[in-house]
Amino acid sequence: MLNHQYTRFSLATRGSGRGWLLLGFTVVAFIGFLSSAPVARAQDSTIRAVQNIFDPLSAPAETLYSISLLVMAVCAGIFLIVGGLLTYAIIRYRRRGPEDDREEPPQVYGSAAIELAWTVPPILIVVMLVLVTARTIGEIQHHKMPDAAEEIRVIGHRYWWEIRYPKHDVVTANEIHVPLSSRQNRVPTEMVLESADVIHGFWVPQLNGKTMLVPNYRNTMWIEPYATGIYLGNCTVLCGQQHANMLIRVIVDPPDVYQKWLDSQKAKPVNDPQTAEGQRQFISNSCGTCHRVEDSQATGVFGPDLSHFASRATLGSGVAKNDDTNLRSWLHDPQVLKPGCLMPNMQLSDRQVDAILAYLRTLK
Amino acid sequence: MANPTSSLKEVGTELAPAPPGREHGTLTAWIQDLIFTVDHKKLGLMYVGMAWLFFIPAGILASLIRTQIAVPNNHVLGPEAFNQAITMHGTAMIFFFAMPMVFGLANYIVPLQIGARDMAFPRLNAFSFWTTFFGACFLFLSYIFGPGLYGMGAAPDASWFALAPLTSKAFSPGNNIDFWSLGLLISGVGSVTGAVNVMVTIFCYRCKGLTLYRMPLFTWMVLVTMFLVVMFLPPLSAAQIMLVLERFFGAKFFEAQAGGSAVLWQHFFWIFGHPEVYILVLPAFGVISEVVPVFSRKPIFGYPMMVAASVMIGFISAGVWAHHMFTIGMDSFSVTFFAFATLVISIPTGIKIFNWLATMFGGKIRMEIPMLFCIAFLFQFLIAGLTGVMLGVAPFDWQLNDSYFVIAHFHYVIVGGIVFAVFAGFYYWYPKAVGRMLDHRLGLWHFWIFTAGFHLTFDPQHFLGFLGMPRRIYTYQEGRGWEFLNMLSTIGAFLQGVGAIIFIINMIYAARKGKIAGDDPWDAWTLEWITSSPPPEYNFEQLPEVRSRRPLWDLKHPEDPDWRFE
Amino acid sequence: MTESALFTIFVVAYLFYIGKSLNPPYPREVLEFPWLGSFFLFSSSATVVVAEHRLKKGERGGFHLWWGITMALGAAFLIYTATEWYHLIYHDGLTLSTNLFGSTFYSLVGLHASHVLVGLVLLGIILVASLTGNIKDRHHEHIEMISWYWHFVDGIWAVVVTVVYIIGMQ
Repeated sequence: MLNHQYTRFSLATRGSGRGWLLLGFTVVAFIGFLSSAPVARAQDSTIRAVQNIFDPLSAPAETLYSISLLVMAVCAGIFLIVGGLLTYAIIRYRRRGPEDDREEPPQVYGSAAIELAWTVPPILIVVMLVLVTARTIGEIQHHKMPDAAEEIRVIGHRYWWEIRYPKHDVVTANEIHVPLSSRQNRVPTEMVLESADVIHGFWVPQLNGKTMLVPNYRNTMWIEPYATGIYLGNCTVLCGQQHANMLIRVIVDPPDVYQKWLDSQKAKPVNDPQTAEGQRQFISNSCGTCHRVEDSQATGVFGPDLSHFASRATLGSGVAKNDDTNLRSWLHDPQVLKPGCLMPNMQLSDRQVDAILAYLRTLK
Repeated sequence: MANPTSSLKEVGTELAPAPPGREHGTLTAWIQDLIFTVDHKKLGLMYVGMAWLFFIPAGILASLIRTQIAVPNNHVLGPEAFNQAITMHGTAMIFFFAMPMVFGLANYIVPLQIGARDMAFPRLNAFSFWTTFFGACFLFLSYIFGPGLYGMGAAPDASWFALAPLTSKAFSPGNNIDFWSLGLLISGVGSVTGAVNVMVTIFCYRCKGLTLYRMPLFTWMVLVTMFLVVMFLPPLSAAQIMLVLERFFGAKFFEAQAGGSAVLWQHFFWIFGHPEVYILVLPAFGVISEVVPVFSRKPIFGYPMMVAASVMIGFISAGVWAHHMFTIGMDSFSVTFFAFATLVISIPTGIKIFNWLATMFGGKIRMEIPMLFCIAFLFQFLIAGLTGVMLGVAPFDWQLNDSYFVIAHFHYVIVGGIVFAVFAGFYYWYPKAVGRMLDHRLGLWHFWIFTAGFHLTFDPQHFLGFLGMPRRIYTYQEGRGWEFLNMLSTIGAFLQGVGAIIFIINMIYAARKGKIAGDDPWDAWTLEWITSSPPPEYNFEQLPEVRSRRPLWDLKHPEDPDWRFE
Repeated sequence: MTESALFTIFVVAYLFYIGKSLNPPYPREVLEFPWLGSFFLFSSSATVVVAEHRLKKGERGGFHLWWGITMALGAAFLIYTATEWYHLIYHDGLTLSTNLFGSTFYSLVGLHASHVLVGLVLLGIILVASLTGNIKDRHHEHIEMISWYWHFVDGIWAVVVTVVYIIGMQ
């Protein structure tokens, strides 16, 4: 079921020329290709915006897909039979005219034999479905992870996702990079799902079903994607005003690209003297109370880690593209792009915004 | 028309009897009468009136919701107003439309069907109604009284699941959730006392000869329903008491930082929440089981099986609640168990559908409006049941849970099932309550427009679920493949609105100008049709005596009475 | 039935949260087995039976006496609970909002105590009605109902004691 017909869809963001996005992404990909000349392959910027559950691109989603086909076939069969009988009854036994009122039809009160007969098939179907269900549940929940498996922690916050790579000591937000898996070289990713505040739900349909992130609980799920690209998903449990814009981007990279990304995230942020003013404004306007930037005074934990902010493609958990226009708007007042998000309007002047913007842009 | 009882039907010139209470003259007298009445029929009509009263704002909220998500990046409602709208729509439709409708029908019909003069505790009945009504008003006053953000009032905004810990003080600092929990606690008291009252009435006030085994199926289903209310509303009340203690007195039931568990709330909520579905749908089954035989001109096929299946549904419904929580991270054993229980419940439900089908087989089906709604019900409920099976298969549910597929599924149950049955019941019993028939032509318009709107609204939502659209999002970006389907769905919602307006026009029109109904316009067989339409305050001049399940059949066909076959 | 379902949920919440409190005081440190309170309540169940028996025999005096004793025992139970709570609140610093144990303990025991209170009011109404001579034979059914309610409250206490003071203190 490897099907890439959806590449023509692109994710448009507010206030940008929507039709141009595909072109834009191609250009970005091309520039990315040039700037990383030694690496053979670049990140695949196909945006998989249409997440059809019947077009799975990952092992667990594929298992779910096959059982859902079975169940739907059974249901369709039942529907055809019962619906057909119903239609037949309506047509065959309708009142045809006043002559039908003259005498009542034969009064039939029931028949034990018939009722027994139509009770048995549903029971058999239920038994069959339960057995299949039990097997599938076991297959997915008791799946044994190979040693090569990647491991990440996803922590839901009100309206954004904190992503941690414990094996590599990397912290990021909202954009989840995972390695590509293949039949020969299996690299599934195990995800530990936790919440910092209320219940959230993690769902990227082409990768796997959804799992809730519950405070005080440690849920797990795993994905094993075998197609590169950027998968979009949503938070599925109402978590407050910006539940709708708590978007997920899972970026599936070929192993070498993935490794390169990991290395770039491990690198210390560049301390560009030209942005010293922005850095000063960042600290003095207490951005660092909520956000963290490695090797600086900013050590907050309530907002996304910004150490490599400029390497991310979107702002505010996917609400808008990470370009200068959107970022400027966001720094002026985050409530414009994402009304109800927890970052307040810091009342920054244009000069302060420009300085901070320049600083953030260096956090590659 | 073969039988003499329906001869009155043809007399269209006769004056309609004055509406109840209007004889006293002034409006004040009428209102006084409404407030102080303990008559089960008036209270039943008041319950029904209350249901329609709250159906209007809840319906308007629904169309606002649909308008907001008709196109991507829309700005009709802000996120706050949207969350309030979904919460109030859900809460009001379940607790203040569907529940009062159930109680209203039960109140009006059950004493008539069992040949009683009134409910067992008439004053308690009035108390139940007014508490429910007060709870509903209290909830809706949140739009006016709560200060709230941006002057929009403090309507509850945590969805009708009100999942902890989103409802805790830390995450919902306003009074929104207080309105929700207190409003439902108050109305919950009314529902439980009402349910006890109906149960006692059914057990103690049946007329002579009406054994449990001869009881009309509507009454049977109501009986099972009331058991469910009494058993499964208290868990919700208890959870709400905990929520109130937490919000007002700082208790720690669901607070994560003190070690509280958000999962516990979900268990409590769904222990109530799933049986609630059956609380609403069993009376709907009851209506269908009354209408289908009468209009097919045959007795219900397999009466004992129908009763047994209802009771079974009642029992099993207690053990399936966690199928709403398959994605919460349960262990494999629990998931399998609840998937099993969920699938098992489809067996008695299937039996019911087969029985209705068999009742129609070999009959002479009269395509009156109630029967049309029943037929649509059968198709829609069949689909709802099958999508329910799909959701019950846990691995499939991991994809579908909390998506628009679920929305489509339960609206198929609640609108396609319950609301259609309510319409069927309305067209069926309106002549009894008012004395005049609802207009057939308007009824046809109502039926076809509403049915078309229903399918246009909810059929595309199944596919939205397949395409990964989660529920309760107030906006979405372009390019996710959701635009077209959402637009269709919104158009459908407005079409349903048109259908509903035609229905209201029909009710008003029929009350003044409808054809005079007579005692028994449908040539039916249960006891409510033996008395006049509308029935006198004491219901029956002489308490009837029953010898079979179809007492009026016995009267009309003395040569071939039912009791010979029992 | 409704009441049983209500209690069930609170009992479940208590059981669910046993040993899950994150900060003291813990039940083992502050709770003592309510010998006295249980004695008062359980014996009141016996006295109400005796009262009913007397009523059936037509001994109004005996009925008043035993009915009054039942009420006194019920009141004594409430006083015992009150002192226990006073001790917990002011001596051990355990309130509704202290920890999970506090929340579940006060809500469960409090729910039960409120039912005892309702029972006492009902018993009181009967006593006053009977003393003023308003109780006729046809009211015996009501009296029987109230004594059933009293037994029910007792039964619930047995559950509460088991959950809170036996299982909860392990």
